Amino acid sequence: MNEVDGTAVRMVQDPTQTIPAEATKPEMKVQLRTEGVNFYYGKYQALHGIDLDVYRHKITALIGPSGCGKSTFLRTLNRICETISHTRVEGKILLDGEDVMELDVTSLRRRVGMVFQRPNPFPKSIFDNVAYGARINGLHRQKRIRDIVEESLVRAALFEEVKDKLQQSALALSGGQQQRLCIARALAVNPEVLLLDEPCSALDPIATAKIEELLFVLKDTCTMVMVTHNMQQAARTAEYTGFFLLGRLIEFDKTDTIFRNPSKKETEDYITGRFG
Amino acid sequence: MATSQAVVRPANRFFRRVREGNEIAYTITVICAASILLVTVLLVFQLWNNSGIARHKFGWSFIGSQTWDPVNEDFGALPLAFGTLVSSALALLIAVPSGLMAAIFLAELAPPKASDVLTFLIELLAAVPSVIYGLLGIFLLVPILKDHVVPVLKSTLGWLPIFSGPFYGYSMLAAGLVLAIMIIPFIVSVSREVLLAVPVEQREAALGLGATRWEATWQIVIPYASRGIYGSIFLALARALGETMAVTMVIGNNPKIAMSLLAPGYSIAAVIANEFSEASSAMHAASLTELGLVLFAITVIINGAARLMMLTTAEHAK
Amino acid sequence: MTNTLSFRRRAVNNVMLSLTAVFTVLVVGSLFVILGYLAYNGWHFLNWDFFTKLPTPVGEPGGGMANAIVGSAKMLLVATMIGVPFGFLGGVYLSEFGGEHGLFPFLVRYTTDLLNGVPSIVIGIFAWTVLVRPRHHYSAWAGGIALGIMMVPIALRSTEEFLQGVPNSMREGAMALGASKAWTIFTVVIPAAMKGIISGMMLDLARVAGETAPLLFTALSSRYWSKGWDEPTASLPVMIFNYAVSPYDDWHQQAWAAGFVLLALVLLVNIIARGVLSRATYK
Repeated sequence: MNEVDGTAVRMVQDPTQTIPAEATKPEMKVQLRTEGVNFYYGKYQALHGIDLDVYRHKITALIGPSGCGKSTFLRTLNRICETISHTRVEGKILLDGEDVMELDVTSLRRRVGMVFQRPNPFPKSIFDNVAYGARINGLHRQKRIRDIVEESLVRAALFEEVKDKLQQSALALSGGQQQRLCIARALAVNPEVLLLDEPCSALDPIATAKIEELLFVLKDTCTMVMVTHNMQQAARTAEYTGFFLLGRLIEFDKTDTIFRNPSKKETEDYITGRFG
Repeated sequence: MATSQAVVRPANRFFRRVREGNEIAYTITVICAASILLVTVLLVFQLWNNSGIARHKFGWSFIGSQTWDPVNEDFGALPLAFGTLVSSALALLIAVPSGLMAAIFLAELAPPKASDVLTFLIELLAAVPSVIYGLLGIFLLVPILKDHVVPVLKSTLGWLPIFSGPFYGYSMLAAGLVLAIMIIPFIVSVSREVLLAVPVEQREAALGLGATRWEATWQIVIPYASRGIYGSIFLALARALGETMAVTMVIGNNPKIAMSLLAPGYSIAAVIANEFSEASSAMHAASLTELGLVLFAITVIINGAARLMMLTTAEHAK
Repeated sequence: MTNTLSFRRRAVNNVMLSLTAVFTVLVVGSLFVILGYLAYNGWHFLNWDFFTKLPTPVGEPGGGMANAIVGSAKMLLVATMIGVPFGFLGGVYLSEFGGEHGLFPFLVRYTTDLLNGVPSIVIGIFAWTVLVRPRHHYSAWAGGIALGIMMVPIALRSTEEFLQGVPNSMREGAMALGASKAWTIFTVVIPAAMKGIISGMMLDLARVAGETAPLLFTALSSRYWSKGWDEPTASLPVMIFNYAVSPYDDWHQQAWAAGFVLLALVLLVNIIARGVLSRATYK
């Protein structure tokens, strides 16, 4: 399943690339690491020195009240934040030890996929939505594209529902289906990391449950970072959780620890619902 | 297995950037955008240059002189500017109240579905080419004026200087009326948009205080939207000032300043339309080009004023 | 006291509200008067010869405006070749690259609006000084280019507007998949706005199709078939003007027929374009 056309970007590390000492043996599990990330909208500083490790094939949840910077942080990881002008990132973001600022931005985004808060299918057919990523990766063989589309839809647990209407407009799907389509679209590029920005906030509980189920399966092949508003969701799905407040990472630990035995008072206040 | 992107050689990186196309797309689109600046600058330059001999000969008296005489090469813009201004003013006088009333109906009273259909029809009216309005002006409006309207007008209001003198059909009155009919759709559709943008709470507040529907509209909604409405009026005025064909066909083409609306007149645009292709001399062509320059300057100023008003409305509405 | 006052207020209310309806009926009614009168007069004089024959000399009955129909088509083709690409790509620049702020985008927006407000007769003079005067002859090129210049501002602003209507999440969605900015624009944003852009272009074309003033001294007119693109060329609007202001009855009849054809085409394109627009995903 990991065999993609040669032009696609692979997760395999180039042997000539020197690997920073701290990313070797004991911490090989760390796929994505940030060191002292600051983020500015113009003069306003939205993130203050975020240090965070994302472990391979695990789900990391980022929680915190709205406006705390968790979404902003997520958007620095694939540099999609750069699409807004007058913004600036400082600090280091390492993907498998490589500084993402040094990477070609489009290949970075193929390795680090993203699913947005509101489903954003393109106004094209279901098929073309999923095929889009494969096509911009330089795939042109129809057969291969069809395979990738089907495989991605299967992985996103949507195939059974749409297999008879692949040529219909994606906008005709329900909200939950649209969001799973967007996940399928992201998976079609075969990303190593998947960023999820409150993927269920626009969905009803049933659709939310389906997506959570899906994330659980996807963990085998993909590392995930999920921003969520919903603490139960973080508790249900994530192995690790980070708590953001006012642009700072207050606490980061195993989800169990964060929810049962937080070390910081702010975290405890937030978890127990004293604010936010 | 493909290698990581970090070690791509410079040459490959170049081709990769070409393939991504950002620079190419930027360059092509920015050239197209810049072309509009270039054309506009060239337009001003050409008008200025080609009117050179007329500007040198007549100076500022070009605007003040009452004679427009191609045979003796004596050119003054005053009667033409007079015709342009009077016909446009007359058009506004008729079009603004009627257009505004229709806009009020469409925005405030008509059920949304009906309003959309009626607005669609009115916007079609705005798409009718001006030469068609001229055609109808000659064969429908002028005969009606001559046979039915003006006799009544003369018998009741004939003592007013503006309705004095003989009437032959082609006249300032006919030009003003045709212009009015042409700009009404424009005023209606822009004003309707402006009125629809007024927050519902404004109406509800007035109605809640016991105002009638009309009072709420006239005392609250219209003042709230007033800048936008003024903007639409200015835009309409700019159109009327520059309107050529319909005016040319009914204004009478006589470069004389007359008090009476029933007398024939001439407008800047009409004289250009009629005489340019037959301009007998270089001076004639240059004078007509200078008229074009004057018209250009007037419409730029009026359009600028209109946009300024629309802009402040938009900020006001925030 | 309060009763009489409220009676007066109620009366004013009723009268004024009725008046707004009356004016609406009058305005909308004028469309039907125009259409009806043109159809009544034009239909009458419209026949097959109108579309296939050349104009006849004064006093000779029959004839048509085949050369003007072809001439209009030729000039509109030239206009489209200029107006659509420049307007479209310029609009892409403003919406996708230019941004809201900055001096250059501001200047482009400002001059676009300025050029849009320039009376068509002035555009005609400009085209004459650049394309007719140096070459000493009138041509379909000159007329077409004048119309093309008129098309650019509206094509540009409508393209910009429809591209702006595409939600930003579409752009982010494509870029998050690794599409470059240019790819995002041409494979996602523009296709999403395509229906709106096309309808805008159609409306723009319909507008210049009826323009007369810029053609009067660029393409002039002609009573014959013009060979190629470099001769004086007849067009429907100019023919209508020339025939309507002439003193001959049979020319008036031809003007009616031509007016009817022109109006029918313009309104048809308008209706189709608005139909396309109503199906657009983003407006």
